[in-house]
Amino acid sequence: MQPTDVSDPRYFHKVVDCQWACPAHTNIPEYIRLIAQGRFTESYMLNRKSNVFPGILGRTCDRPCEPACRRGRVDGKPVAICRLKRVAADYRDDVTPYLPTAPTQKNGKRVALIGAGPASLTVANDLVPLGYHVTIFEKLDRPGGLMRTNIPSFRLPAKVLDEECGYIINMGVDIRYSTPVASLKKLLDDGGFDAVFVGSGAPRGKNLDVPGRYDSDKIFIGIDWLESIHFGHTTKVEPTVLIIGVGNTAMDCCRSAKRLGATSVKVIGRKPRKYFKASPWELEDAEEEKVDILEDLSPVRFVYEDGKLSGMEFERFKSVEKDGKLRQEKIDNIILPADVVVLAIGQENAFPWIERDIGLEFKDNMPVVDKATFMSTRPGVFFGGDAAWGPENIIWAVEHGHQAAISIHNHCQGVAVTDRPKQGQNLSSTKMGLHEWSYSNDYSGAARAKMEHVDLTKRLTSLTMEVELGFSIEQTKAEVERCLNCDIQTGFVTKACIECDACIDVCPMDCLTITKNGEEPELRTRLLAPAKNQKQELFLSFDLKQTGRVMVKDEDVCLHCGLCAERCPTHAWDMVKFELFHPHAGEKQSCSK
Amino acid sequence: MTYIAKPKVHHPSLQKNAIGLTRRDYEGAMSTLCAGCGHDSVTGALIHAFWELDLEPHRVAKLSGIGCSSKTPTYFLKNAHGFNSVHGRMPSIATGANAANQDLTYIGISGDGDSLSIGLGQLCHIIRRNVNMLYVLENNGVYGLTKGQFSASADRGSLAKRGEANPFEAIDGAMLALTLGATFVARSFSGDKEQLVPILKAGLKHKGFAFVDVISPCVTFNDHDGSTKSYAHTREHLHEVDDVDFVPLRKEISLPADAGSTPEVRLHDGSVIRFRRIDGNYDPTDKDRAYSYLRERAKSGEVVTGLLYVSPDSLDLHDNNKTVKKPLTEVPYEELVPGAATLAKLQKRYR
Repeated sequence: MQPTDVSDPRYFHKVVDCQWACPAHTNIPEYIRLIAQGRFTESYMLNRKSNVFPGILGRTCDRPCEPACRRGRVDGKPVAICRLKRVAADYRDDVTPYLPTAPTQKNGKRVALIGAGPASLTVANDLVPLGYHVTIFEKLDRPGGLMRTNIPSFRLPAKVLDEECGYIINMGVDIRYSTPVASLKKLLDDGGFDAVFVGSGAPRGKNLDVPGRYDSDKIFIGIDWLESIHFGHTTKVEPTVLIIGVGNTAMDCCRSAKRLGATSVKVIGRKPRKYFKASPWELEDAEEEKVDILEDLSPVRFVYEDGKLSGMEFERFKSVEKDGKLRQEKIDNIILPADVVVLAIGQENAFPWIERDIGLEFKDNMPVVDKATFMSTRPGVFFGGDAAWGPENIIWAVEHGHQAAISIHNHCQGVAVTDRPKQGQNLSSTKMGLHEWSYSNDYSGAARAKMEHVDLTKRLTSLTMEVELGFSIEQTKAEVERCLNCDIQTGFVTKACIECDACIDVCPMDCLTITKNGEEPELRTRLLAPAKNQKQELFLSFDLKQTGRVMVKDEDVCLHCGLCAERCPTHAWDMVKFELFHPHAGEKQSCSK
Repeated sequence: MTYIAKPKVHHPSLQKNAIGLTRRDYEGAMSTLCAGCGHDSVTGALIHAFWELDLEPHRVAKLSGIGCSSKTPTYFLKNAHGFNSVHGRMPSIATGANAANQDLTYIGISGDGDSLSIGLGQLCHIIRRNVNMLYVLENNGVYGLTKGQFSASADRGSLAKRGEANPFEAIDGAMLALTLGATFVARSFSGDKEQLVPILKAGLKHKGFAFVDVISPCVTFNDHDGSTKSYAHTREHLHEVDDVDFVPLRKEISLPADAGSTPEVRLHDGSVIRFRRIDGNYDPTDKDRAYSYLRERAKSGEVVTGLLYVSPDSLDLHDNNKTVKKPLTEVPYEELVPGAATLAKLQKRYR
């Protein structure tokens, strides 16, 4: 195996599992440390740098960071990263003095953004401070896009949404509400824009064309139904409701139904629960509100009595897993009663307003968009968010926005969109004395903090009462200490090592081994603790000078406690803080590689 | 030393031994020795050895004297018995404890100062008496606790960190043990656990006095260029005579293909020490040869390591004294103190 090249920022970045998993590469350990120090405003601003909407995402993010969190591999429960983000937002002071501002001198370039969702707002956030004139065209009368119309207010209060959209719009974005773009061709021809960004989302809910679909006005498409609830067009619902689909939209629909007066709400999934698309915590939250979640049922037809919708017929399956593959065998058919059926089986894109003869190539009704540059086949037209490759989530939309902004900036400045600023890293020692480090290195055995909810009977009376109460200061204090500070890396200097074994003996997780070098698969088997998690890297030193063996570290379950560095007599180990430089539009490459 | 305690969490794959304990259950308090001290590595090797032998920590007694080495019993087997004696007097305490209760596993930890200077006389007598214990001499050639003066094991001509040369001859603990009739003599190096752990296991299972001289560098005062007990010097001059494999009784003993060149020594409990010869002619059961071999190699500046000598038919203190075969605490009071009449009868025999 070759010695590890730690000058490539990807190595240490990958060790920070949460940051690596976050599409926007938010510096999570650092923002958690800032919270630990009570520096909520700074923590909020650090979040905002990467993910732009800390208050919104602190409530609604899909949290790819949490399943990745190393703590989950150590004691089974990841750090409550997402809700700590909300803590930073909840306890922050006025951040307006620290927000980016537009320069008085504009650069003369005009950019149009279509849709005022998270992707477009991120593009605006990155380009306005660089002097661009940014115009957003939004079909509704308020900003936020899907964040506003699809996420119920009991999960995301309007105030939070307004505030964080406002931070961007108030920089001086020229936003045109209630102005849907009817023709991209016209916008390109007559708009006078140097670049156009399409961030219009995936606004069409999928239909379920089974017999009886069009014989009732009590059958709704999930996202449309949520939108009509949001705008107050739907204010009540009949007692018995079936929700078809088990994604996060289905969860929002069933919980909304409960608040609109439904007494029996059932969510129907075609597969067993472990295959459901909804996040586990969303399923739990729905069940807490006495929603029934049923599995192994496939819709056959709508059932009518005296011309009135009375239920739905399903095929019932028995699921067996064989060789990791799901096999479903039909048992029988059943009918479940329903006054209302909501179809929440997914979303798709719709671009009726984009002409197909303007040099913008489509394939299978989707625009052809470059994965790295976000540019379509027509130079100057960019896509991002759900509009680019179909439904994802908010945090992906934000990162798409950042990347598209880099391309737009390049395009407007006459630089190739493929000529992108590179990632870099900054490494600095955290040593503050013989046994002191600039981070809290002791391991806390505390259990993951549990989010408190508003009392059940109380919460179901209102569509806007936020269910989650947020973490208290006491909960926060305990939760921040659960973070393992994975960005504080174990830096190793081969030539200083005298092979005394002190680090190996003291390591609580048996991460370290000094042994003969070999090929990686074989080397993994003869470490002090076998390195079975292939997703986690091995660090390999150069040949040690006294015996020619190598120091090997399995990164998998390192606690970053710093004991190896404390017990090292020669400073061969040091606890080194890693900062990723993940450039946004207009940012230069860092000084280190 | 280190401020935080070693976190209690462990690797998910950490194994349990036959009595349901993990290696972590054999640890002690955090070390307060200098970072990188060889003694901590010996502690690490002992933890491995005790765990691999499935020994119950509460059936072990740890004894030591004074010095850096003698602090280390605190750092392993926190559930064992322990006694920190007066400087150099650990052998007396160990002899007494063993005399009273032969059922415990005894381990003595000492250093070159504790064993070869102030406690040399004590060491000689515990060797003669063949007290059943593992005696580890953590040998670094300096008095670390008093800032690095030469100890009795420092080689003639080796340099102190400040530069002055040692004018006196060294006492070689292993050779001393051989001349005094030790039944198990080994030398190893703290920086080589692959060798040290099997030797410690064999020593723990040997019936009689098992003397293990471990070169254990002092990183603070004796790990520099002029030292003959540094990590680098020891590694450069190591001369391994045999590779020891300890096979406990409960494991099936299968002979390797090259059985002829792999001599074995069967211990009293049926377990086996198997040697892989590295130095072709070396025979660890030939005491005279062992002694001359050590002298030869020492002259050329080599540090001979491995199991140097073992006597398969060792008789320990209790065998020689024909004592009762159980701990005194288990002997009924009436037998232990048979009363005035029995005493009078006994005395009458000598009149």
